[in-house]
Amino acid sequence: MIVADKKPIEEIIDMVKGYHKILIVGCNECVTVCEAGGKKEVGVLASALRMYFMNEGEKIEVDEITLERQCDHEYLEEIRNSIDQYDAVVSLACGVGVQFMAEKYFGTPVYPGVNTCFMGVTEERGVWSERCQGCGQCILDKTAGICPISRCAKRLLNGPCGGSTQGKCEISKDLDCAWQLIIDRLKELDRLDEYEEIAPIKDWSTERAGGPRKVVREDVRQ
Amino acid sequence: MSTKTPSRLEKILDSGQLAVTSECGPPRGSDPEAITKKAEMIKDHVDAINITDNQTSMTRLSSLASCIHLKLMGLEPTLQMVVRDRNRIALQSDILGAASFDIHNILCLSGDHQMFGDSSQGQNVFDLDSMQLIQTVRLMRDEGKFLGGDDIKRPPQMFVGAAANPFADPFEIRVPRLAKKIAAGVEFIQTQCIYNLDKFELWMKQARDRGLHEKVYILAGVTPFKSAGMAKYMKNRVPGMDVPDEVVKRMAGVPKENQPEEGVNICVETIQRLKECEGVRGFHIMAIEWEEKVPEIVERSGLYPRPKDL
Repeated sequence: MIVADKKPIEEIIDMVKGYHKILIVGCNECVTVCEAGGKKEVGVLASALRMYFMNEGEKIEVDEITLERQCDHEYLEEIRNSIDQYDAVVSLACGVGVQFMAEKYFGTPVYPGVNTCFMGVTEERGVWSERCQGCGQCILDKTAGICPISRCAKRLLNGPCGGSTQGKCEISKDLDCAWQLIIDRLKELDRLDEYEEIAPIKDWSTERAGGPRKVVREDVRQ
Repeated sequence: MSTKTPSRLEKILDSGQLAVTSECGPPRGSDPEAITKKAEMIKDHVDAINITDNQTSMTRLSSLASCIHLKLMGLEPTLQMVVRDRNRIALQSDILGAASFDIHNILCLSGDHQMFGDSSQGQNVFDLDSMQLIQTVRLMRDEGKFLGGDDIKRPPQMFVGAAANPFADPFEIRVPRLAKKIAAGVEFIQTQCIYNLDKFELWMKQARDRGLHEKVYILAGVTPFKSAGMAKYMKNRVPGMDVPDEVVKRMAGVPKENQPEEGVNICVETIQRLKECEGVRGFHIMAIEWEEKVPEIVERSGLYPRPKDL
């Protein structure tokens, strides 16, 4: 899933200051799972804003809605008839949802309510960690199912570096060395001899480096 | 092995003599004397001088410019190049820049992560890794080609080195990793600072068992401790460093004023023991901000005078 983290309330207050009627829009997908932008968080943020502005003696109306997704037309269309009532929208979706909302409702200010972080997993409740950077050319078949691009701090394709210590990365004792994990798993799979194959220089043009990306699938296109 | 480049370091190693290299860290400013003074202190006692490339990710005068200063003094530099800060365009471009000044040694490194230095909010690059940088220099030199496939006019002539850390984890792949660097085309290795001699000798034995000592020149890395505090710091704070307790105890066991001498003693004893280790073809003395001690270490280790007129 796409993992997001809450934005400090002060930042959101600064964004919406001066508006009289705002809509907070949650998303029922990834940000719900990582407890940053689902229905529950929409409710908490709306209450916090109402309380803040009431204490400041300012009148502001805050409405709430949570859509199934904010990265598809059909769900964003659900607010088409009500959007004009609002001076601004705070979207608690990931950066994708915020932008799609802004594209669709061109004349309405749309503000981000979360910080979008990475594609990752729930390690345990309250702990999420990165697994993929979407490089566009998956190499997990070569690295025992563990991605050095997203999990090695230097994205080394031929690691580990000299800083790997007791299974941990040189940048933090709380971070596993991806190459230690790869080697452990190669060993488990009885494939350790593959370690000595040199990974070739990567074509990064399918990654961010190649500019904004697009997938076009003629087979499913209508 | 026979020589492939005009590198003096390569010639000395090829002749079978123990080589001695050292290194200088460039200043955090633009005064060229900060480099030339250090080089002056050690030039008669070493065969080549590494110039570090923004080590520990602290922004410094560039390695390439510093190497040019050494070259203008008639000395032999080894250009350290990390893949942290430059993409393949910049790496190849700087290799050509170095080659245009007839810099004949290069050390291919990944580089410390930028979070250790003064630019922890900066981007890193890591377009290539150190293994792939070795391949790149060999391609440029041997095939006279850019990575993009075009021909290079006057290709670089560089003796290609890399680092090896026998003490990082996991230990079991430390020799396979050396083999991998050799397969990538590395010709000489400078190791991480050695304090745990037993572990280093075990690593060398495993390398010999695979015949790797005959495929690459291994220079054992040593760093004298200036104080017991430095020994403790290296033990506890520097990633991938293995300083056994007894070494820290030995440093702490002498009065503070004698600790620098004890640090040099340990360094000299390390070199003397490793001269007997089959496969060690020389020494890389990293006297961090203590370059003035290099001549004494070299002389007391029986590595002086250095070969002349090869």
